[in-house]
Amino acid sequence: MSESKSSDTESAELETFRAETRAWLEANCPPEMRKPATSDADVFWGGRNAKFSSEPQRIWFERMRDKGWTVPDWPKEYGGGGLSAAEHKVLRAEMGRLGARPPLSSFGIWMLGPALLKYGNDAQKKEHLPKIAAGEIRWCQGYSEPNAGSDLASLQTRAESDGDDFIITGQKIWTSYANYADWIFCLVRTDPTAKKHDGISFILFDMASKGVSTKPILLISGYSPFCETFFDGVRVPKSHVVGQINRGWDVAKYLLQHERAMISGMGERGVGRPLGQIAADSVGTDAQGKLDDAMLRGKIATFDVDEAALAACAERAVDLAKAGQAHPAFSSAMKYYGTELNKRRYEILMSAGGVDALEWESERSRQGARPRAWLRTKANSIEGGTTEVMLGIVAKRILDLPGA
Amino acid sequence: MALVLTEEQSMLRDSARGLISDKAPVSHLRHLRDSKDPTGFSKELWHSFAEMGFAGLLVPEEFGGSGLGFMEAGIVMKEIGRTLMPSPFLATSVVAASALSRGGNAAQKSEYLPKISNGSLLATLAIDEGAKHRPLQTSLQAVRAGNGFKLSGAKALVVDGHVADLLIVAARSVGSAGEREGLTLFLVNPKAKGVAIERTIMVDAHNAARIEFANVEVNADSVLGEVDQGAALLDGVLDIGRGAVAAEMVGLSDEVFGRTVEYLKNRKQFGKLIGEFQALQHRAAELYVDIEITRAATMKALQVLDADVAKAAAAVAVAKARAGTTATRAVQEGVQMHGGMGMTDQFDIGFFMKRARVCEELFGDANYHTEQLARARGY
Repeated sequence: MSESKSSDTESAELETFRAETRAWLEANCPPEMRKPATSDADVFWGGRNAKFSSEPQRIWFERMRDKGWTVPDWPKEYGGGGLSAAEHKVLRAEMGRLGARPPLSSFGIWMLGPALLKYGNDAQKKEHLPKIAAGEIRWCQGYSEPNAGSDLASLQTRAESDGDDFIITGQKIWTSYANYADWIFCLVRTDPTAKKHDGISFILFDMASKGVSTKPILLISGYSPFCETFFDGVRVPKSHVVGQINRGWDVAKYLLQHERAMISGMGERGVGRPLGQIAADSVGTDAQGKLDDAMLRGKIATFDVDEAALAACAERAVDLAKAGQAHPAFSSAMKYYGTELNKRRYEILMSAGGVDALEWESERSRQGARPRAWLRTKANSIEGGTTEVMLGIVAKRILDLPGA
Repeated sequence: MALVLTEEQSMLRDSARGLISDKAPVSHLRHLRDSKDPTGFSKELWHSFAEMGFAGLLVPEEFGGSGLGFMEAGIVMKEIGRTLMPSPFLATSVVAASALSRGGNAAQKSEYLPKISNGSLLATLAIDEGAKHRPLQTSLQAVRAGNGFKLSGAKALVVDGHVADLLIVAARSVGSAGEREGLTLFLVNPKAKGVAIERTIMVDAHNAARIEFANVEVNADSVLGEVDQGAALLDGVLDIGRGAVAAEMVGLSDEVFGRTVEYLKNRKQFGKLIGEFQALQHRAAELYVDIEITRAATMKALQVLDADVAKAAAAVAVAKARAGTTATRAVQEGVQMHGGMGMTDQFDIGFFMKRARVCEELFGDANYHTEQLARARGY
């Protein structure tokens, strides 16, 4: 009896939290922030040189930051909201109900933060986490190299010991927004004689350090979200290594789980309006109000079924993690499905848009927003581990199939 | 509510699994099929189900039931799916019990629900008439006659139809096929004059019947719910049945997938385990993800049904559509990856393929539910 009573109290407290959260969001989320960002410029990434694209964007960010809700489930001492798992779920649900966009997008939040919380020492946590939460420092990820893509552990960027420092030399590629980033979390080889997974360290340094340079890569979308990043004798204190020297692969893998969870979220992120309605606008409807293209209608409906099912699975993945029942490789499963689904979404959008979706530069097409976004999605199933690598991980680590 | 089982739910799963895997492995179904068992399920096992509180799982406690929810019913259905156990649980304990609990008046509830709970009454819903599940196309006629009605028409795929003690018959009391208005549910005694029941031996060796109604007289007390306004009650009951069948298909998919992965780990060709071949690894991994997503969608549907049956249509459509495509994929890959062995009757995999095909048609296939979602979203 006492047990059910305490869970009743708990759920009553949660309902109070829900009511307060709903009221606060209603009062504090500007109307302009209650719809998805329509372009990259409309997303706030923070950083030393950050500029707000609009006044509502600034207000929304600052209000959420002050509540610790840029990182709702981080501890308060690091600038987080200190919310429990159940409260965090309520906050997400209430933001979803309102259509409120995230106030701050950040690789620091999605990737580095969780890794620091698990592997960082006290000084590192105190130094970096509050600045991530407050959007003061923008991070980038130095993982892939020209000869270390899917086979990431074969990376060759060298870190040579020099007293209390490492001297870092080498090249990274596909570094997202390296040209805007303030700091980098980077995988470097600290022991070239060890087996490939055993000689890697995970290290943090300032992109303004001497010897760092970046060069954007023009993609098929016409955008340059990725860079080549060069290190020419960059001096970094050894105290900037997260976890143990030569044990960076553990940190790297843990961070990848979070990266994959983030990328799989793209499959859940709608484009503001249901695909069926977007298609109806351009394709038209028949006398009964059905989309006037039966095959396209069927594809959209199947997509909608899968999208709703994936959303349930994402919700369950979070619940399983909080309950301590999640398989550590499950983010690979979600990453595979979420990215393939997002590619399907944009194939449907291109088909629905027809000729109108082909314009690349006009004002009418918002500078070809749709075809450029369509092309961008093709990277989803490559970045953060390809679909084929994800399926291999599922086969080996979850299904325990015999390995090659 | 989290989409993970609570401690109580895990215990329920364990006790259902214990009983079912012990008393009704796939060989149980095989035996019933090969012996042409006239009942089509084990009465002894059904008594055990009643004793464990499963027969009346959804029945309110005041009527002798366990008063549990759809999530719990789904847990039992999933375990049934793992061994393909033929059981009155779906038709009687899930669908009919829900129809009576939700639509019955006080007299109907107190007459039937306690008997469902103690395992002494089998009941079933008679809905489908044509080759495909189209509830609104119901055209079995209910004509007013004196104080009651006369029913004429035919039903197909009536689960447990030849052993049921009570038929819940969807009929058209007014209007024409395709209309929502004018549907009425009737409680019909299968022994009533004019009822002709033909047991149909099905591909999956589970119970089903075709039933003809020739001027079957029923009195006004036999109406379940409101005359002409049965569509809403029917929608809810069907959605509950769909959620339950989706759960059965998740259990079925789990089992067939588990067996297939085991086979990949043991079968050798070309001097290695076939599970080492990347072509098979990736297909197995894709199927795993499909099953996990469908599991979550099905749990979500059951959770939403527990919250409010009337608002669960979209979540149920998603679950049943996904369950259909996922189970179909699971059994096809199961047979293909087992190679020639998968084609033999001696091997159990074929039983899963056959049951999946029937589950797909029960209460609407993936196409039907995908279409429902499109209509609900207005495109």
